[in-house]
Amino acid sequence: MNANQANQQTIERMIGARPILKTIAQASEVIPALRERRLLHAGPPIEWDRMSGPLRGAVIGATLFEGWATDAEAAEELASSGAIDFEPCHHHGAVGPMAGVTSPSMAVYVIENQTHGNLAFSNLNEGYGKVLRYGAYAPEVLDKLRWMNDEMGPIVKVAIEAAGGLDIRALLAEALHMGDEGHNRNKAGSLLFAKLLAPYIAESSADAATRRKVVEFLGDNALSVLNPVMAACKAMADAGHGVEGSTLVTAMARNGTDFGIRVSGLGTDWFTAPAGIPEGLYFSGFSAADANPDIGDSTITETAGIGAFAMAAAPAIVQFVSGKPQDALDATLEMYEITFGEHSHFTIPPLDFRGSPTGIDIRRVVELGITPRVNTGIAHREAGVGQVGAGLVRPPIEIFEQALLAYAERYDLG
Amino acid sequence: MSTIAHEIRRGAYADSIVLMQLQSSLAQLEGVDDAGVVMATEVNLELLAASRLLPEALSGVGPDDLLIVVRAESDDAAAAALAEIDRLMSRDAGSLGFSGSGTAAFRPKSLRTALDGSPQARWVLVSVPGRYAAQVAREAIRADRHVFLYSDNVTIDQEVELKREARERGLLVMGPDCGTATIGGVGLGFANRVQPGAIGIVAASGTGLQSVASRIDALGAGISQAIGTGGRDLSQAVAGATTLQALDLLAYDPATRVIVLISKPPAPEVAAGVLAAARATRKPVVVSLSGTAPPLEKLSNLWFAQSLEGAADRAVELLGLQPTASHVSPAQPGDAPKDSPKASPRASNTGFVRGLFSGGTVALEVTQALRFLVAPLASNLGVDGVADASIEASIGHTILDLGADEFTVGRPHPMIDSDLRQRRISQEASDPSTRVILLDLVLGDGAHPNPAGELAQVIRAAVEGPGAGSGARSDAGSCERSGVEVAVVVIGTDKDPQNLDGQVEQLQQAGAAVFRTIGGLVEFVADRFVGAVSPLPSRLELEDFDSISCINVGLEHFHDSLAAQEVGVVHVEWRPPAGGNERLQAILAKMG
Repeated sequence: MNANQANQQTIERMIGARPILKTIAQASEVIPALRERRLLHAGPPIEWDRMSGPLRGAVIGATLFEGWATDAEAAEELASSGAIDFEPCHHHGAVGPMAGVTSPSMAVYVIENQTHGNLAFSNLNEGYGKVLRYGAYAPEVLDKLRWMNDEMGPIVKVAIEAAGGLDIRALLAEALHMGDEGHNRNKAGSLLFAKLLAPYIAESSADAATRRKVVEFLGDNALSVLNPVMAACKAMADAGHGVEGSTLVTAMARNGTDFGIRVSGLGTDWFTAPAGIPEGLYFSGFSAADANPDIGDSTITETAGIGAFAMAAAPAIVQFVSGKPQDALDATLEMYEITFGEHSHFTIPPLDFRGSPTGIDIRRVVELGITPRVNTGIAHREAGVGQVGAGLVRPPIEIFEQALLAYAERYDLG
Repeated sequence: MSTIAHEIRRGAYADSIVLMQLQSSLAQLEGVDDAGVVMATEVNLELLAASRLLPEALSGVGPDDLLIVVRAESDDAAAAALAEIDRLMSRDAGSLGFSGSGTAAFRPKSLRTALDGSPQARWVLVSVPGRYAAQVAREAIRADRHVFLYSDNVTIDQEVELKREARERGLLVMGPDCGTATIGGVGLGFANRVQPGAIGIVAASGTGLQSVASRIDALGAGISQAIGTGGRDLSQAVAGATTLQALDLLAYDPATRVIVLISKPPAPEVAAGVLAAARATRKPVVVSLSGTAPPLEKLSNLWFAQSLEGAADRAVELLGLQPTASHVSPAQPGDAPKDSPKASPRASNTGFVRGLFSGGTVALEVTQALRFLVAPLASNLGVDGVADASIEASIGHTILDLGADEFTVGRPHPMIDSDLRQRRISQEASDPSTRVILLDLVLGDGAHPNPAGELAQVIRAAVEGPGAGSGARSDAGSCERSGVEVAVVVIGTDKDPQNLDGQVEQLQQAGAAVFRTIGGLVEFVADRFVGAVSPLPSRLELEDFDSISCINVGLEHFHDSLAAQEVGVVHVEWRPPAGGNERLQAILAKMG
């Protein structure tokens, strides 16, 4: 089978995957690797020594959350001692935004790809401000996590199940027609998410104040749906992974130090190089000097054909690409240069409902020297400060070249 | 009796306007009574039921599922309607956001994207560095586009391959190293602004093309199409691939009434085919073989020019003589095939000319004239570009001066004693590869008193062929097949002692064609050997040359020039593949 035939199969599997949000579960129940003292993190594999500030902060926070240590100092000592195992979320069907740290007792969304049967997971979104995913671990951060885990989680779980599951692909398709691109802008999708769950939350046995708080939290947080969206994208991308001979990217992820990709036809190998600093807009009081290198698994959205790839659908956030709607169109048009297919469910109104560019082809990236665009939040380089801006970043071209060379070796192309 | 059929698309979200459109399109299909396209919410299912569109035994659908229902006259009509869904839902492929006009600012980064996004652009201008040029041109050809290949340093093997593939697909490759062309009034590359008109140009030389076009414009005439071929097109390897296609195009282009063909000195074996194609156009063709003495001044519809300027002058003059209403000028009697512009029934590429001359200068002139008309040509006259003939036996087309030293050692000159010539005529006639024998007959004082009488018998034997004596082949029509044709140029006056008319009559009675000029003799040959044109595998589409729009890969300058001419043009921001890394390029090439 040649690369094009293999890629056709990959793309059909990716697009044909139908990710349904089934429930919320405790991570250790659904991710066997988390039955041990282990933390999952965003991006390709990394050890404590090379971890950036926000990732270390999130590790400390998760260690405290799990009760493996009682204070930050002890947590840091434990984490640096080798007593905690670190593995990428991606190795266990999971994805997490920014630091992406997922610990055994955290609640996770469970997505099932109804077409191919694979599962994917993502933790719950904490909203803005001081949050674990940006490396914050102050008591109020952990308090919020506990509230999400113990109060909100069970209510939302019941609501999801009562709704018979939520079709996240359909939700995304609609959100793209409402100005979202699914990565940096999830305002419409989050409102749809809250709206779909609200009737079932209203039926919950919790008291009125709690029900109100949950609905308010989901509705106020314009990123509520990001985590189920990421898990849905993971489920779609994983459906396309492992096709012999395929040159399409099935994972892009950053751990705050390295940017890594995986390729459908190249097994479980990661191809990595140092992550760049995003270019973008900064919140007042911050500048590029405060920015951590690119971090997070949220690039799974671009991998699946949305995010920066669907920028043309999101004119409201064109400030990230300089401010003119034409630039948003150009951003998406450029991504068609490096993708193998067009999504049949994710369509873009300003491009005459053309399907979004889907399936990054390492051949095209290397040939044209055009790397994928990524819309991203920007983390402060120090643990716990939080988000300092948002903008655009591209992975280093070297990782695609490495992948191409590995492909040549594996498939005997000299 | 109506039937209801449905299809469920699970999790397929579409905006309600899209659904309504699909519903309306389905309802309009033949045999369809009504259609419903809804997200399967409870409310919508009730609405379907109210419209008698709710399928029986519908279960397991929910609000995320797209339900498409048709009520039709028959099961077949219903099935046919459902089969149309994808087509009806597909977006209009006309605009992908960079049509080359309007608000579109996006510049594609790859030819592939430009090709996909600009189906109307039938031309691709390629001016990338030579080592990448063939690859870019090939991609364009495989996407069914004509190519203007400005780049140089394309290998001749690549050129042959590109042109072969293009010809098979009915596409034109101008170049490589093609600097200029004017297609549909649009200047490509470096082009003069010339007024539109009725003269078509085919040129292997860029400056040649520009000189002729400019001169034509200065003389008040204009250009229909000016097609560059690239400097190597008339080489043996490339074999005039582009030139032949261009001549064929101009032959049936109604706007072209006169053609100018500008060549660098062509490979002789290629020249014959090209001149044949020029004759087959049945339009006046002015031929300029730069750097070479023309073989003759005129050959049926071909005029040979001494210079570029002369070519332009002649073309304009011929245009003045052309009827303006008709695009096909009647061919002159006996000159060119009438039945088809593609091939003469009489001309074919089989058999050879054998010239057996007694006059050295006559033989020389015939050799020079035939140099670009037949191939392979050999002679014993030492003409540039013509092989030395073997004295003992002829191979290929051969012109011999039998008065040359190697034939006259120990015997009289053939003008006096025709014994050698008679024996050679017999020898050639018995060679099955001989098709035409050319002779001269020189009269005057001092020459043989009855030279025609000397040759008449051997000529008749040659014409009638070996089977004639047995009576087995008495049919006049088939005699020609078994014998050879003999043509004689008679040099002399009606005052010469041999009696000119009587000599001519004897030769004609023997079966020879008789001419009074060398030009007549050459035309006789050309009629037989120059005119067979092999049909092209696929013809060029005239409308592609009418009003053009382009994709430009390479020099931005060419994009700007086209935009200034108000031509639709998409510029590809091309960069060397893999940043110029050869190892990665090699891998990419293997991956396809």
